[in-house]
Amino acid sequence: MELKINKQTHQVDAPDEMPLLWVLRDLLGQKGTKFGCGKGQCGACTVHVNGHAMRSCITPVAVAKDANITTIEGVDESGNHPIQIAWRENNVPQCGYCQSGQIMSALNLLHNNPTPSDQDIDNAMSGNICRCGTYPRIKQAIKDASTVMSQNKGVK
Amino acid sequence: MNTFKLDRREFLTLTGIAGSGLLLGCSSTGESSNTPFIKNTGPQQLNIFVSIRPDNRVDLVNHRSEMGQGAKTGVIQLIAEELDVDWEKINVIQGLGNKEYGSQNTDGSTSIRKFYSKLREVGASARTMLEQAAAQYWQVDLSKVQAKQHKVYNLTNGNSLNYGDLAELAASQAVPDVANLRYKSSDEFKYITKPVPIVDLHDMTTGQAVFGIDFELDGLLVASIERCPVLYGKVKSFDASAAKAVPGVVDVINMPDTVKPVVFSAGSGVAVVATNTWAANQGRKALKIEWDLGENKDFESESAFADMAKIAQSPAKRSAEKGDIEAGFAKANKILEATYKTPFLAHAPMEPPAASAYVTDSSCEIWAATQNPQAVMDNVAGLVGLKPEQIKVNVTLLGGGFGRKSKADFVAEAVYLSKKTGKPVKVVWTREDDLRAGYFHAGATAYIKAGVDKNANITAWQQRSVMPSIKTTFAPTTEEMLDVELSLGFNDIPFELESLQSESSGYQNPVRIGWLRSVSNIPHAFALHSFVDELAHANGIPTHKYLRQLYAADRFVNPPDDYGFKGYANYDESLEKHPINIKRFKKVLDKLEKQVNFDEPLPQGQAWGLAIHRSFVSYVGVASKVKVQDGKLDVLQMHAVIDCGVAVNPDRVHSQIEGAMIFGLSLALMGRIDIKDGAVTQSNFHDYPVLRMRQCPPIQVEIMQSDAYPGGVGEPGVPPVAPSLANAIFAATGKRYRELPLNQYLTV
Repeated sequence: MELKINKQTHQVDAPDEMPLLWVLRDLLGQKGTKFGCGKGQCGACTVHVNGHAMRSCITPVAVAKDANITTIEGVDESGNHPIQIAWRENNVPQCGYCQSGQIMSALNLLHNNPTPSDQDIDNAMSGNICRCGTYPRIKQAIKDASTVMSQNKGVK
Repeated sequence: MNTFKLDRREFLTLTGIAGSGLLLGCSSTGESSNTPFIKNTGPQQLNIFVSIRPDNRVDLVNHRSEMGQGAKTGVIQLIAEELDVDWEKINVIQGLGNKEYGSQNTDGSTSIRKFYSKLREVGASARTMLEQAAAQYWQVDLSKVQAKQHKVYNLTNGNSLNYGDLAELAASQAVPDVANLRYKSSDEFKYITKPVPIVDLHDMTTGQAVFGIDFELDGLLVASIERCPVLYGKVKSFDASAAKAVPGVVDVINMPDTVKPVVFSAGSGVAVVATNTWAANQGRKALKIEWDLGENKDFESESAFADMAKIAQSPAKRSAEKGDIEAGFAKANKILEATYKTPFLAHAPMEPPAASAYVTDSSCEIWAATQNPQAVMDNVAGLVGLKPEQIKVNVTLLGGGFGRKSKADFVAEAVYLSKKTGKPVKVVWTREDDLRAGYFHAGATAYIKAGVDKNANITAWQQRSVMPSIKTTFAPTTEEMLDVELSLGFNDIPFELESLQSESSGYQNPVRIGWLRSVSNIPHAFALHSFVDELAHANGIPTHKYLRQLYAADRFVNPPDDYGFKGYANYDESLEKHPINIKRFKKVLDKLEKQVNFDEPLPQGQAWGLAIHRSFVSYVGVASKVKVQDGKLDVLQMHAVIDCGVAVNPDRVHSQIEGAMIFGLSLALMGRIDIKDGAVTQSNFHDYPVLRMRQCPPIQVEIMQSDAYPGGVGEPGVPPVAPSLANAIFAATGKRYRELPLNQYLTV
């Protein structure tokens, strides 16, 4: 089947029910999207499908056929999306493993709600686990990115 | 600064060092020339941590595992400081497993405190070789040259040479005498004590960072293993036909029976090997296995706790004592006793264990998210019939560790399967595997009884610690706790005690017991600091004031001398270098009292609680503010103060303490592993919950930067969290919770 990932078209030979996560990671070698629980409970595998955040570990690849899939690798060509810059300016990551999913969920939040309140951030981000405990910095980075992205007008 | 990928030949040259003795004795041994000249022929190794390239870039080796604690950056800061290099010109090389580096066991919060001096020496030695080279080139005395920021200057005429130009000549210099090395003073520091961003920051925000699970190699197969749910059980028989019919499945392999003692061996189970992870998992689901669950199939953690509670009420082996405890109780004005219980816990790093191995007739190469590559070498050598030093272990980034990934069982599985298939194999654990086949933090019970005089001073202190020792993983019949476990917040009480009697007992159980972030400090600190709070309330003294009373005079507590505890481990540091310093406890308390008004009137159902604990030779105080209303617990705010001596990277100290507060909240509020019918009942984050953002309070961290020898940072934040919460809840509600997790009493 044909998949559109980060604006590029890929041909993959995968059964319909194979989770998008493993298609991305094992068949296409795109390892930025992480496995954490396999049950949609931790958010490490979050990607965007047609602009919506989805847990790729429980999303059959057939669902994503013909859709526009965005992964952490496609957030910005040079890795300098305002949200990535905010993440770096706040030195968010510790081990870094969950951060792809955190960034994808945060980006989805800012798409839907460019100026989220603390409560909005808590609600949107509580599906993403960080065992290292980077939540306070994630929250700050989202606020910083929100400020920059609002100033730039239009959320990318 | 970047994380550098060397080509294979360079990698072997730079990191695959043949054994030749001393850490600094490994420079190339070219003859020193009487007619020096500048050559640029390739990277030049000045010692096993430092190589300089002709283009002026510097390769620095990080020999410790990076799992989020920041060691990879801290190690490089220490070398770079004394080498006096431009941060932007550094390539960070992850060291292979190699005893020449010294210990690579990234555990016990040791990376900085155990290597602070050594790594500065490494940097200073290499810098001196560059200076010697320049002096030789200019034909001047060594005192007439000086290195500064990637150049060596001729002090007589102001000329300079780049490190890159000097590299080859420097490599031919004699290794300087360590005694004559010059070090920077703290006011000259450019990297040490500075909040240097972590070296993998860009990769980690763009999906480029490579963890154990991300490793790829041509022809790499992926294995998923159905392990026997009960320790020391066996596979009786299995039917692989349905599994083999799953597209992508290549092979189904019976794993070796778990041997006793289990240590870090690959154990009973059936592995499905496939071309991708999903196929392996699907194949695994299709397996039909009949188990011989063995002698442990009826084990229940609940009955273990019932046993341990009984043991805790009876005399046990004495490990420390002071004075006459009977006399102490006899003259007490008031006597209090309490028993505390803390459950088994799993580490649950976000990246479940993952490792790859490629075994051939004559070689074994490993790529693993391991905290301890040298233990991997020792652990798998026998499996492949090679010497440990012949095993090549590449260390990837770790998606969290917390102690789990210092156990090499999952690496042994990959090695076993590669040997069986003759192909490179990656073993990937599911979350269920991680929670069910862990090396668990020991469930524990602690009992404390104390008598106080009319001024609330302690006249008698009796305590018992009961838990299965970590040693049971290595020697299942172990009935005692280890001295090192009794050294973790138990026989090192920092309070003025007129008399003390300290007892302990191990507990045999069929559970793989391992060490988890701060280890036995978790049960010991929960009991100790809860109990002190109980004493404070019983005597009508605010806890923060009572702590000051119990610390009493400035002094060094010396467990061998004061408590007769000869086995005191002090986190593998001497008491001369790292005494138990009462003054430092008090200063942490001072800081907390400045941050928090413990005596302020708060609305009904709200209160502060605190605990101050020394572990890994650092001092951490935590104040937690809670609200309890209608059976719901909210943690409103946390303040933490850490005195870890020199904070090499204050930003990473800050982040570690934030992380420790959150790790501590997870275990205090919700952490619990249960075992029924010999098997762990939890399976994923729905029944082994960890803290989520909506439960996370604002956290303020204060670092008491000082010139004292650096202490540990990764672990010491954890122990005070749970007691600070229980104490806050008591202050808010009058209810004392002596068992964790707290969600058995309150909604969290």
